[in-house]
Amino acid sequence: MSQADATQAAPPKREKLVTADGTPLRKALERANRRRKLTALALVTPLLAFILIFFAFPIAQMMWRSVDNPQIVNALPRTLQALETWDGQGVPDEPVFAALHADMVEDLERPRREQAIGPLGIRLNYELSAARSAISRTSRAVTDFEAPYADAFMDAHRLWGQPELWRVIKREGRPLTLSYYIAALDREYDEAGNIVQRDENRRIYVSLFGRTLALSLAITFMTFALGFPIAYFLANLPMRYANLLMIAVLLPFWTSLLVRTSAWIVLLQQQGVINELLVNIGLISDDNRISMIYNQTGTIIAMTHILLPFMVLPLYSVMRTIPVSYTRAAKSLGATPWTAFRRVYFPQTLPGIGAGGVLVFIISIGYYITPALVGGQSGRMISNEIARHIQQSLNWGLAAALGTMLLVGVLVLYWLYNRLVGADSLKLG
Amino acid sequence: MSSTTKLFGLSAAASVLALSAAAQDPVSLTIVSWGGAYTASQQHAYHEPFMEMNSHVTINNDDGSANALAGLRAQSQAGNVTWDLVDMLPSDAQLACDEGIIMQIDHDAILAAAPDGTAPTEDFLPGSLGECFIPQIVYSTVLTYRPGAFPDDAQPSSIADLFDTENFPGRRALQDRPGTNMEWALYADGVDPDDIYDVLSTPEGVDRAFAKLDTIKDDIIFWTEGAQAPQLLADGEVAFATGYNGRMFDAIEVEGMDAAIIWDGQVVEWDGWVVPADGPNEELVMEYLYFATDTQRLADQAKFISYGPARASSAELVGQHADLGIDMAPHMPTNPDNYFAPIVLDNDFWVDYGDELRERFANWMLQ
Repeated sequence: MSQADATQAAPPKREKLVTADGTPLRKALERANRRRKLTALALVTPLLAFILIFFAFPIAQMMWRSVDNPQIVNALPRTLQALETWDGQGVPDEPVFAALHADMVEDLERPRREQAIGPLGIRLNYELSAARSAISRTSRAVTDFEAPYADAFMDAHRLWGQPELWRVIKREGRPLTLSYYIAALDREYDEAGNIVQRDENRRIYVSLFGRTLALSLAITFMTFALGFPIAYFLANLPMRYANLLMIAVLLPFWTSLLVRTSAWIVLLQQQGVINELLVNIGLISDDNRISMIYNQTGTIIAMTHILLPFMVLPLYSVMRTIPVSYTRAAKSLGATPWTAFRRVYFPQTLPGIGAGGVLVFIISIGYYITPALVGGQSGRMISNEIARHIQQSLNWGLAAALGTMLLVGVLVLYWLYNRLVGADSLKLG
Repeated sequence: MSSTTKLFGLSAAASVLALSAAAQDPVSLTIVSWGGAYTASQQHAYHEPFMEMNSHVTINNDDGSANALAGLRAQSQAGNVTWDLVDMLPSDAQLACDEGIIMQIDHDAILAAAPDGTAPTEDFLPGSLGECFIPQIVYSTVLTYRPGAFPDDAQPSSIADLFDTENFPGRRALQDRPGTNMEWALYADGVDPDDIYDVLSTPEGVDRAFAKLDTIKDDIIFWTEGAQAPQLLADGEVAFATGYNGRMFDAIEVEGMDAAIIWDGQVVEWDGWVVPADGPNEELVMEYLYFATDTQRLADQAKFISYGPARASSAELVGQHADLGIDMAPHMPTNPDNYFAPIVLDNDFWVDYGDELRERFANWMLQ
């Protein structure tokens, strides 16, 4: 502190200043500063390494997976070379089939772990149904094939006689692909190689993205509508009562997610507590019980409850710091209570609303357990599809493309928020 | 360190060495399965007797089968395989096998023959063995209904009744995937069980199935997790629910739920073992597999859960439920009284067309 004061107070001739042991003050200061910086860096290093290893690296890997396309190049080098002269019309000529035969036979001679044929079939099946069994059925018989190979292949599986399969092999026979993104946008290649919209009854992802956005906004608004009065109430209570009630707000945090979700099922289902009550007091008839779960309503209700603390906490911490005297002053200058609230109090809570809104929105856009349990068919979100492709269909490329799009979407929204409101106005607590 | 403690330390080390030379080194096997009543049945029928015979072996259960495919691939890519044995469905096994992340199996070489000497490839039920797959059980997805939802003289009895909302009103809980639902739609529409997959391989067949599903769409609640189906029935939320026959047996016979199973059109599938490639204890795993898939062990499992053994020779050994004391044979999917119109799930079809149909099904659900 005294050193800093010395620098500030130093006249232009500061190089003449020395410390007690004779080193120039400037050098001593620099050394002290450097040491402080190193200590700070050493303290931050574990976190930095943690973020790099467990956050940045997996995200980079995910993005890489969404374009990585080694399967066909690895399995069919000769075939791809032979296909270079093929014009994409009709079935390729005999030399291509001979090259395919050579590729497959050579691959089958490798140790099983290094064989490229299995992954090839799985990869091709993403583009063309039944391509997997074309590959696996052919690979079982291919060592016995004799020239002319074209006939032998077409006997083994009908798909070899269809130009569509060959077009896929030629088009995707590159180390990088955009096909996962194309699929994630409900698009596909047509015969001429143009990107077109998918058949109407196979489009799902774009509308799911839209719905995820809409549901997340609805949930964010609901948490605001419910959380604002609670936070206001808590902020204006004496501290000891406020702390006690805060526990009630935080209670959902400490309960297992599955327990909370199951509780909502018990409450909301058609034979559940709420419907039972409404029927018993005669508000609705027994045949007209309300569907509040296994649809979008269920997802919004359950997720609003789960995410409410994320809205209340930043709001509360901001409201605590707003002096009561401001509103009082407004009123004493003639403002009605409503005007005082609207023009004096509310604008000061905006940093809290912004922080809570961004938190709730970003968490809900990636949520998937609750929608899977209470969302039925209309309350699903895009993350449910991502989880399915990671865990069940094993199409990690498509999952990565969907995940990357979600990530980019969130970043764009955050950028927009920053432009419109300003991220420095966020106040998280 | 004083000389006495040094001496003590040395002699302790020596005695440990002597011990481990006498018995084998302790090994633990990690076996991945579905958890719940199913893992418990394996624990009683396979793990416990195996650990009794091999005192140095400890078996750890991991309930990761629902995500086993992703787990196997992740472990294989990381080069750190920690699972010894995995219980999974044959379609998943086929995918993993194509990827080369599980071992190919020579069934006759590594499995026990039937008591009368029949080779394993003959003894296991036709079509159940896979390139990398050793079946344990036959299970089926069945239609279940709540008798209380219908008048006594008009109880449903067939898959066609599921699609008949006029005579059998009420909501239906179906699984949120095309499998089973598409098969049933065609079956109810008059397609012979043996021809279902031929019809479903054509675009017209798919349209026909969706047209049939459209007729009940407004009455469907979709479930995701296996436990949801009996829950929805028990809560009275639905009149019909599809579910796995073992879970339904548990809910009806053990928990006393008021529901009945319709065996018409049951969709039959296998479930069994796969061995991760480059697992840590391959030799011991083979020993375990030889033991746990023999005729008696497969029959034993049926004492604890109502899934049928995958070996023909096990059928006559199926006895009574370990706790309830009821005969298990009538509850087996493979019992002749139940097996009158089965639809055998075609895994090759679903591995080939699954992606496309799932997209279409998801699209249909969203509309």
